[in-house]
Amino acid sequence: MAGRYKSDLGWSDVTPKADWLNRRALMAGAGALALGAIAGPAAASLGAKKTDWGAGLEPNTFEDITSYNNFYEFGTDKGDPARYASALTTDPWSVEIDGLVDRPGAYGLEDILSKVTLEERIYRLRCVERWSMVVPWVGFELADLLEMAGVQAGAKYVAFETALRPDEMRGVSYPVIDWPYREGLRLDEAMHPLTIMATGLYDEPMPNQNGAPIRLVVPWKYGYKSIKSVVRISLTDTQPVTAWNAYSAKEYGFYSNVNPNRDHPRWSQKYERKVGGGLFAKQVETLMFNGYEAEVADLYAGMDLIEFH
Amino acid sequence: MVAALNRSLGRVPPWVLYVAGALPPLWFLWLGLSGGLGVEPIKALEHRLGELALQVFVLVLAVRPLREWTGINLMKQRRALGVLCFVYVALHLLVWLVLDVQFLDQIWADIVKRPYITVGMVAFLLMLPLAVTSNNLSLRRMGPKRWRSLHRLTYPAGVLGAVHFVMLAKGFQIESLIYLGIILGLLVLRLPRIERRKTARA
Repeated sequence: MAGRYKSDLGWSDVTPKADWLNRRALMAGAGALALGAIAGPAAASLGAKKTDWGAGLEPNTFEDITSYNNFYEFGTDKGDPARYASALTTDPWSVEIDGLVDRPGAYGLEDILSKVTLEERIYRLRCVERWSMVVPWVGFELADLLEMAGVQAGAKYVAFETALRPDEMRGVSYPVIDWPYREGLRLDEAMHPLTIMATGLYDEPMPNQNGAPIRLVVPWKYGYKSIKSVVRISLTDTQPVTAWNAYSAKEYGFYSNVNPNRDHPRWSQKYERKVGGGLFAKQVETLMFNGYEAEVADLYAGMDLIEFH
Repeated sequence: MVAALNRSLGRVPPWVLYVAGALPPLWFLWLGLSGGLGVEPIKALEHRLGELALQVFVLVLAVRPLREWTGINLMKQRRALGVLCFVYVALHLLVWLVLDVQFLDQIWADIVKRPYITVGMVAFLLMLPLAVTSNNLSLRRMGPKRWRSLHRLTYPAGVLGAVHFVMLAKGFQIESLIYLGIILGLLVLRLPRIERRKTARA
């Protein structure tokens, strides 16, 4: 149900569309080479419900959000997704919901969207690589989707899977990780009102490089938890296998909550740098749970967040 | 044709190489300032400089096989190329220190705690004496034998540089492995020479 979550981030904090379009024109005019392949022309507005939250956060520009991506299915360079993700067919799209649910089956995206209200959610995004953004997502709460499928009493976890299409995803021919990309949440994390399935940003349909047509967004966890281009959601009673945890459990925990006190073995997590600040951008301190401590800390009451990182 | 090429190469004074070598970092800096390195130019600049250093290192190692197989002689330019390689590594380190990590306590913590940073720093330290002695005066003072054996530090420095690149990859990534493979391959090519040297000494 839309509107369940109240916060202090406001629509007024989003860069007006005219401004970011302007900036786009300026950058293009400056001959910015890397920007040639940015996803298509401005599409129809989604008309997402403007929610009443967000003082103090300045969203990144459309360029920032759509030209600097980790979506290894299309290549490991930050520019690869913008260059190559247009090959992904996103229509038609359906999400297979299975496991411990009352109504398993293929849920067509159109069908899902007809039953939910899209909301604007301005969230911080903190990558494990120590960069961050603020993104004005458009989406609906994952809880709404799970309620459609009917979660059974024994379910404890939710597993997610990204599409795996070697014909459309040039990056999956390299064994960067064990494809397909998989992620997972505890059921209470999945049902939390901050957890959304996003289908757009800046009130436009989701650009392919950002995980079109539908992706998870869990703002208090490192970015890789927010799995893109989701084709399967399974309710399970055991902790699901997740892609980066399977690759290196020491580096990437199942929980992966943003935590400045728990360093990644290869770099500190105390600071981050917001993308888009140019060559002399300052580092800023990373916040516990990426700034969502008040909202989510009680999910982990009594848990050792260093051990269960 | 090779002879003509070598004649013109022989006429290229080192300062031409140094001036030409200054162009890529200046170009990257310009790109970084003008938006040409994308929306996160700090990491991009750091990576470009590091990769440039590896590329020049490969070229330095390739000078001898190039002469043996094609007759093209870059021996006279090899020292300048080595110095350029060091300059690129130093700039790479400087960008990391000043623009990327920024905080002194974080810099030290990274060097001590993060293996890929430690490896990179060791490679840089190994290059320091080489850069300092890359001049005729040092060569004369040390004598060619000692100078040459000191400059064999080039090999571990280059291997560590490539390993540093391999270690920072997230997931299995091919590019850094290719650099490591090429460098190890070029080092293997030198083994017969090292063997000859040993037998000559024995």
